[in-house]
Amino acid sequence: MTPASPEVTPAQHAALRMTSISKRFGPVQALRDVCITVRAGTVHALVGENGAGKSTLMKILAGVYQPDTGAIEIHGRPQSFAHPAQALEAGISMIYQELDLAEHLTVAENIFLGAEPGGPLPFTISHKQMMARAAGLAQRFSFDIDPAAKVEDLATGDCQIVEILKALRHHASILVMDEPTSSLSEREAKRLFEVVRRLRREGLAIVYISHRLEEIIDLADQVSVLRDGALVHCEQAARLDIPKIVHYMVGRELTDFFPTRAAQVGAVLLQVQGLSSEAGIRDISFEVRRGEIVGVAGLVGAGRTEVARAIFGVDKRTGGQITLDGRALNIRSPADAIASGIALLTEDRKRTGLCLELPCSWNITLPNLDCIGFKPFLKPAQENRLAGDVGARIAIKWSSPAAVAASLSGGNQQKLLIARWLLANSEFLIFDEPTRGIDVGAKTEVYGLLNRLAEEGKAILFISSELPELFGIADRLLVMRRGRLVGNLVTKQTTPEEVMHLAAVEEKT
Amino acid sequence: MNKFVRQLLPFGTLTLIIAALSALEPDTFLTAQNFSNVLSRSSYSGIIAMGMTAVIISGGIDLSVGSMMALCGMIAGLIMTLHGEIVPTPGLMVLGTLAGMAMGLVCGLLNGSLITLLNLPPFIVTLGTMSAFRGISYVINQGMMFDVPAYTFLGEGTIAGVPVNVVIFLLIVLLAFFILRYTPLGRYTYAIGSNRQAAYHAGVNVNRNLIAIYTLTGLFVGIAAMIATSRTVSAQPTAGISLELDVIAAVVIGGASLSGGRGTVIGTIVGTLLISFLRNGCTLLGISTNIQLVVIGAIIIGAVALDQAARAKAEAA
Repeated sequence: MTPASPEVTPAQHAALRMTSISKRFGPVQALRDVCITVRAGTVHALVGENGAGKSTLMKILAGVYQPDTGAIEIHGRPQSFAHPAQALEAGISMIYQELDLAEHLTVAENIFLGAEPGGPLPFTISHKQMMARAAGLAQRFSFDIDPAAKVEDLATGDCQIVEILKALRHHASILVMDEPTSSLSEREAKRLFEVVRRLRREGLAIVYISHRLEEIIDLADQVSVLRDGALVHCEQAARLDIPKIVHYMVGRELTDFFPTRAAQVGAVLLQVQGLSSEAGIRDISFEVRRGEIVGVAGLVGAGRTEVARAIFGVDKRTGGQITLDGRALNIRSPADAIASGIALLTEDRKRTGLCLELPCSWNITLPNLDCIGFKPFLKPAQENRLAGDVGARIAIKWSSPAAVAASLSGGNQQKLLIARWLLANSEFLIFDEPTRGIDVGAKTEVYGLLNRLAEEGKAILFISSELPELFGIADRLLVMRRGRLVGNLVTKQTTPEEVMHLAAVEEKT
Repeated sequence: MNKFVRQLLPFGTLTLIIAALSALEPDTFLTAQNFSNVLSRSSYSGIIAMGMTAVIISGGIDLSVGSMMALCGMIAGLIMTLHGEIVPTPGLMVLGTLAGMAMGLVCGLLNGSLITLLNLPPFIVTLGTMSAFRGISYVINQGMMFDVPAYTFLGEGTIAGVPVNVVIFLLIVLLAFFILRYTPLGRYTYAIGSNRQAAYHAGVNVNRNLIAIYTLTGLFVGIAAMIATSRTVSAQPTAGISLELDVIAAVVIGGASLSGGRGTVIGTIVGTLLISFLRNGCTLLGISTNIQLVVIGAIIIGAVALDQAARAKAEAA
């Protein structure tokens, strides 16, 4: 039962072996005969579209679910986990996308939560010893973190370090990381990769789940691809490239990953002049024409989302003017913005997007209750039909429009929000990270939708942290750095290197 | 299917209680007179519970309804006795009734405004106004009540054999049902309670809707206050002490979630009747009021525990 200590692994023995794992939920076969071997001292990437079975497989490993068939071996010993605590005991630690920390406690308190070193009296804690041990642990893995800092004061990247330290305190020998970079800035992500490499050198077996294929090619030793609950491919990362992985994931070549852009660029629709806001953006000026998709690039914290929030009336404007179709607007709230024909798909669909426990149809019609058809009183039948129609237009997968939003997959939840703005028939749409955390198939659908909206003569502002998609879909690129607009480029006449340079130049000098 | 069963749960309990009491006390319990009495007695807390349902769905709470009811009654009593005559004139009674209702509206508006404009938690604001309203009720007549002997219509009057207060109760139930289900205000109430930030980003004027909900609740309290005043033919500064807890209990037993986004008018009615019939049954069976408190407490915890279990099961499936 004792887990192997992380340091010793001269030969890369199999830290984890899962064989013939199957799991069925009611009529859905979530996993079919999946075999996977992860060697100590390697990073094993697990990829697949949403619903491919990655998280079910990991929940079985974590003891949350029990497999219908199949066996788990940890360091050569057969194990079966009836409970998450047993998996933890066997040296398996999970770091989920949504971090699991007590915000008001310190780093050290979080690391030792539930296993605090005792003080001189019973029922007391020795804070001194806890601090010392936390500092020792951080030092051993050369993490630069203050054990006395409160977690709420840490950046997301540092919170992940705390999660990793927590796992190391449990003597984890197998670490599962689920989408660890989805909320990190480029620089934080780079630092995390360094940490992962260090852990690999220390002999940990790391299962790495991510939608960002670039980082998988970069980081992983081995790549396993799941599709529809089955393992469809497993190969050394060095022999793979992104098109190949995508091919295995979707079972077809995505030659048309990005749609062909053929929208007619028309008159100026939105004009922003000298926009500043309380959130720290300064003197932003640009325009967006009908039929145009304008991308916004920049590092996390550069003020991209803040531009969207200032236009949409969430943050208070402190200067500047916004003109839509020649009319000067005075927007003071999202309600004003929506009434003027502006839509914002926010970057965090759970926090600022959806009412998860309410029906899909209600989520779609929420900003649209002032429209014809709903006044003066709501007509549920008509509402369901309207929501159903717009849902069908963009192929939302739901059991019915009356199903609660929480029952949909991430990609379909995102589509609900898109459906909302389609129904609102907004002229100018801002999409803030619309493809974050959704699978490859859903991403192409989102790109296709953006393209169709542009072809209908709408104007689109597309904020993204992923340069490939900005270059794939945008006509022009705005580059932001520290709250200012530092570049306004035609996509075809620039390069990712130039954009990165503009976005990050201050930090390089 | 599971959802359906879950919603039936409070109904089932209510039916069970009625069936049990009918079997135990067929002569006294199962009579039109007794049912009419129970409905009449639960009318004013039921009316307030309609407002409380909306408040709780929006993710808030209103602890001030009991004190507010006393204050509305005292204002009405003050006006009805302006002439100093023992029996108030019809004109003054109408004026007093309107003033009492208006007072509720104002109190609700005050709650809603403090919550939204000062951005304070509803629990804190209404805890404060609960105390303040009670204090003012005592101040109005130096802690004494107003007798309004002729003010009997709302308490004892009947329309086609049905007590007036039951008729008013039913009308307000219909109104609340309609508002929550068929108006943007109702829809926004669910949205705000489910995810306030998301509602705001979808263009919902959160503050205006919250003020509307608390004001509406205030108006309902004003109406309830007039029924309570008429039932006792007196306006008492001690009216409605701990009434807020009964009302919140009824809403919660009816399946509403104190974290917002969930609750129905039908559920609240069932919750209200459940408490009323329990009280009535205990009285008929000769169980003391002290024990009644214990029974009701157990029912609150049991109902919510069952609801949670059914919910967890539905989510696991």
